[in-house]
Amino acid sequence: MSGLEEPFALGDTFLHKADPRYKLASAAVLSVAVAVGQTWMAPLAGLGIGVCLAGLARLQPSRLARRLLAVNGFILFLCLVVPVTTPGEAVWSIGPLTATREGLRLAGLTAVKSNAILLILMALAATSTTAAVGKGLDGLGLPKSLTWILLLCYRYAHVILAEQRRLARAAALRGFQPKTNRHTYTTYANMVGMTLVRSYERSQRVSQAMVLRGFDGSFRSLEQAGASRRDRLLFACCLAAALVLAWIEIKTRFFA
Amino acid sequence: MTPPLLELRDISFAYDGKPVLQRANLAMGAGCIGLIGPNGSGKTTLLHAAMGVVTPDSGEILLNGEPVRGKKGLRELRRQVGFVFQNPEDQLFCPTVLEDVAFGPLNLGMPPKQARETASAALARLGLAGFEDRVTHRLSGGEKRLVSLATVLSMSPRGLLLDEPTNDLDPETRIRFIDIVRSLDQAMLIVSHDWDFLDQVADKLYALEHGQAVSKDRGALHRHVHAHPAGELLHEHLDHKRT
Ligand SMILES: Nc1ncnc2c1ncn2[C@@H]1O[C@H](COP(=O)(O)OP(=O)(O)O)[C@@H](O)[C@H]1O
Ligand SMILES: [Mg+2]
Repeated sequence: MSGLEEPFALGDTFLHKADPRYKLASAAVLSVAVAVGQTWMAPLAGLGIGVCLAGLARLQPSRLARRLLAVNGFILFLCLVVPVTTPGEAVWSIGPLTATREGLRLAGLTAVKSNAILLILMALAATSTTAAVGKGLDGLGLPKSLTWILLLCYRYAHVILAEQRRLARAAALRGFQPKTNRHTYTTYANMVGMTLVRSYERSQRVSQAMVLRGFDGSFRSLEQAGASRRDRLLFACCLAAALVLAWIEIKTRFFA
Repeated sequence: MTPPLLELRDISFAYDGKPVLQRANLAMGAGCIGLIGPNGSGKTTLLHAAMGVVTPDSGEILLNGEPVRGKKGLRELRRQVGFVFQNPEDQLFCPTVLEDVAFGPLNLGMPPKQARETASAALARLGLAGFEDRVTHRLSGGEKRLVSLATVLSMSPRGLLLDEPTNDLDPETRIRFIDIVRSLDQAMLIVSHDWDFLDQVADKLYALEHGQAVSKDRGALHRHVHAHPAGELLHEHLDHKRT
C-alpha cells in the first residue's frame, strides 16, 4: 500500500541487521550532540556523520533526496522568517524587512542541524521496520503505553487507510468526481466522518478482543533477542562520535 | 452428569430499548454447536453476552454449572473459553504474528520464553509454522483468519466461540479450516452462514429466532446443501426449514 511503506527498512547492510535498541540509542546520542551545538563546527561534523551513515546504510539516493526535500520545504520557510525576525546587526534590507547577521546564522544553523539529525535518523531508525523500532524502544525501557501507541498506530493506519479507500472507491463507482464545489466538500466531509466513526467503533472491538484474551491494562513483552558484539561496537562508535562532537563544540564555543 | 462448560440461561438483552435476545437459552458441552440466523438476528450479540462483552439485562451465564460473577468470574470465563471475532482486523492488533499469538499466554502469566514456544506451537498446529515474524497487515485474508484462531488456541481454552469463521476464505483455506476445526477437541459454538461448513463440523444445530436459540434438526443442513449445489454461498431462507 503506497504511503505507508518502509522502503529504507528493506536492505541488508550491517546497519539494517543491527539490533534496533542499539541503533536507536546511537541515534539518540548523536542527535543530542548535534542539537545542542551553538557554533558551526559540531553541527557540520554531525552532517558529515549523517552522510557517512546514510552511505553505509546504502539508502537509495533518489528516495533520500525526496524525503530530505519534503522536510527542507518546511525548513525553507524557517529560513525565510528567522533572519528578518531575529534582532541584531543588519546585513541587508528589502522594504520594511531587515535581515540580521544573527538571524542568518541561526537559520543556517537550524538547516544544518535538521538535515544532520534527519540523515542520522534515516540511517539508524528508518532502517528498521516500525515493528522493530517499537520493540527496540520497549527494550530501551520507554513507557509501554508510548511504544504501544506507536505500534497500534502503525497497525491500524493500514486498516483505516484501506477503509478510507473503500469509501472513496464506492463514491467513485457511483460517479463521484471531486470538483471545487459544495457537493465535493460535503462528500469529503462525510467520508472523513464515516472513517472516524468506523475507526472509533473498531477501537472498541479491538479493545474488547484484547480484554477477552486476558489483557488487564499492562502490556507484557516477549524477551528481546540478545545483542551481538557488533551492536555494542556500533553503539560505542556512535557514542565516541557524539563525545567528539561535544568536545568540538566545547572547544569552539569556550576556547576559540 | 458433569455440567456443561458454558451455559446461557434466560439471557435477555436490548440495544437502546430494541430487544435482541429474549430469554435465550443455550448450553455448550462437548462437541460442536452450529448457530445460524439471518443478519441482524443477534448471533454476535449472543456470543458477546456469553463472554461478558455486553452485560445481559437479565439472565445468567454459567461456567461449569457455576454462575459467572464479578471480575474474577469473568476472568475465569475468558481463560476457559476463547472467542474469535468476526473480523480478524479486530482480533489481530500487533504488528507481527508472533507477538499477537503470544499476547494471550503472556497475559496468563507465562514467562516470555515459554509464551514464545507456546505461540510457535499454536501456529504450527494450524499449519502456520514459520509465520512468527510475518507482518500482520501483509497476511492474506485466509491467513489472518487462521492466525486469529491461533491467538486464542495458544491460551489452551476448553471451549471456543467462533463468529462467522469461514467468511471470505478461499476454497482451499476453507477446506483446511474445516479439517482444523474437526481436529480440535475443544467444545465449540460456531456462528455461520456457511451451511456446508456447519454440515461438516457441527454435531448440533440451533437457529436464532425472535431472540431465542431454537434447536433444529441437524439433517436440515445436509438436505439444504444437497438441494443447492451452491449451498456454500451466502444466502438466507430459514422459514421453510422449520422441522
Ligand atoms: N453496538 C450496537 N449498538 C446498537 N445496536 C446494535 C449494536 N450492535 C448490534 N446492534 C443491533 O443488534 C442487532 C443484532 O446484531 P448482531 O448481534 O450483530 O446480529 P448478527 O450477528 O446476527 O448479524 C442488529 O439489529 C444490530 O443492528
Ligand atoms: Mg454477526
